Amino acid sequence: MTASSSYTSVMARRADIMRKALGLEYESFVRSEVAFDYEGMMRDAGYTLDKVREIQRQTGVGNTPLLELKNITQLVRRTSKKGYGAKLCVKDESCNPSGSFKDRRASVSVYHAQKLGYPGVLAATSGNYGAAVASQAAMRNLKCIIVQEVFDSRRVGQPEIVEKTRKCEAFGAEVVQLTVGPELFYVALLLLEETNFFNASLYSPFGISGVETLGYELVEQVRERYGKDPAYVVVTHAGGGNVTGTARGALKAGARNSVIIGASVDLSGLHMASDHDFNRKSFTTGHTGFGVPFATWPDRTDVPRNAARPLRYLDRYVTVTQGDVFYVTEVLAQLEGLERGPAGNTSLAAAIALARELPEDEIVVVQETEYTGAGKHPQAQLDFARRNGVEVRTGDPAENVPGKVIVIPEAFSQLRVTEVDLDRMRRSYLRNAVRRTGVQQVTPEDIEFLSEDVKATPEFVVNGLGELGVNVVGQEL
Amino acid sequence: MTVANRADETAKRCKEGDFVEIHYIVLPAGERSPDVPDDTKKVPLECWVRGWALFDGQEGSDMEVETPAGRRVRGTLSAAEVGFYHTFGPAVPELAGAGKELREALAEAPGGGKQRDCQ
Repeated sequence: MTASSSYTSVMARRADIMRKALGLEYESFVRSEVAFDYEGMMRDAGYTLDKVREIQRQTGVGNTPLLELKNITQLVRRTSKKGYGAKLCVKDESCNPSGSFKDRRASVSVYHAQKLGYPGVLAATSGNYGAAVASQAAMRNLKCIIVQEVFDSRRVGQPEIVEKTRKCEAFGAEVVQLTVGPELFYVALLLLEETNFFNASLYSPFGISGVETLGYELVEQVRERYGKDPAYVVVTHAGGGNVTGTARGALKAGARNSVIIGASVDLSGLHMASDHDFNRKSFTTGHTGFGVPFATWPDRTDVPRNAARPLRYLDRYVTVTQGDVFYVTEVLAQLEGLERGPAGNTSLAAAIALARELPEDEIVVVQETEYTGAGKHPQAQLDFARRNGVEVRTGDPAENVPGKVIVIPEAFSQLRVTEVDLDRMRRSYLRNAVRRTGVQQVTPEDIEFLSEDVKATPEFVVNGLGELGVNVVGQEL
Repeated sequence: MTVANRADETAKRCKEGDFVEIHYIVLPAGERSPDVPDDTKKVPLECWVRGWALFDGQEGSDMEVETPAGRRVRGTLSAAEVGFYHTFGPAVPELAGAGKELREALAEAPGGGKQRDCQ
């Protein structure tokens, strides 16, 4: 290996590689070490809702059905106090061409790449987004490379990710399969340098604007059918793009009172870059291993300023257990005739518990479904878990221990959510902001940016920074 | 499944133009990202890529492929025949009863759970 392809030297030139591969200048939006003009960036570098709709129409994306889960709603009401148990609906995003809402993001990214004249697109992702990019690239006659983390050092592949490899190859993409590690990004950088392909990043403004149609559609659909806005919109949260795009779309539809609730599978205790832990989890996305770090420091990705900023939009954040999601997957199939994958069922598991909080005439929307099949299915995942030393049994879901025990509920009433303290996450974000930028003083403009970015009052931000020894200069608040 | 790192007489062969898989080490142990935990530090970052063989070969020997994206990549031939074998797996007894039990519960619910279209 030459010196210039070493890990350190490639990472040192990442800003240049990214600039060429995204065709987007971020400097004009930057205001300080801390603040940047987020709305300006989304407006100037994103696409309008109408334009996104048009782009998505071109490749068969969006306008997915909103399905009412009548039997599950009945069960929720049976396990709620009298008069309670909101109506549960689900937005069937599996109807998109490659089987998930990620097509909404990919459609705009790949359109953008074609418009700018790139010969191909690249995405570093082990999830549905890879298949979505490959599918869109196939439609728009662009070459495609997907880089994935698939194996541990024994060359054992996570079955769900192996299925993603298959799907990307089915669409004619090249797939680069790696063993576990954060160097996924480094490999993507090397490939971008070599090929001059477009980086179809998950975190670009145009990618996030692709998700806004989802939020907008679901609000319109609920209004049309029920004459009111959804009380809760439950969104599976990992990298933050799902929450951000959906909330922005719902706000554009005027649903100012709809509560946005992020839901993740609790995988606390497992290290995402560990060779040992990699195959001891049964979920490859929609979990706290991404959900917490990406909320508390969004600017950790392959773009200088992340367009996915979940703390800006989350009203609540809850977790469910691995066992809950497997149980709910079975319930959805057997009671509603819908065989769907884990990402959407994470939110469904949370929504079932959350719907109990509300009166019967309110609506709770589960914001996505995804396709399922070999490798993704509970049978595949639970068999895999057992082969990797994880115990699987029934019991109280509170006994789930990520990496060691999966406990499947014995009764519908056991489905619960664990509330995550968002104020604690906001303070964690502030701590990261101070540590990463090294600032010792901030301006009122920085305070304004930070309070929007964490959805808190300026007082909360000022106090939080004060505890970190950072004070405000410029004027009194 | 282990990757053969030396060709031998029994190793499978491929012909030019076959869709095959190659393997190579991206970063040896010791040259990885400083952010990786200790267990990952000890192992190399490995890579597998599939494409059309540019010449006849044998598992364990050098091979160059052209990938679906048109790149030419060199490595060790790791699979002369590729495929996907991930599947569903055995029935899960812990999940098996859920549907039946809930159906019974639904039948007892007010509204009976029988007529969907009466809501």
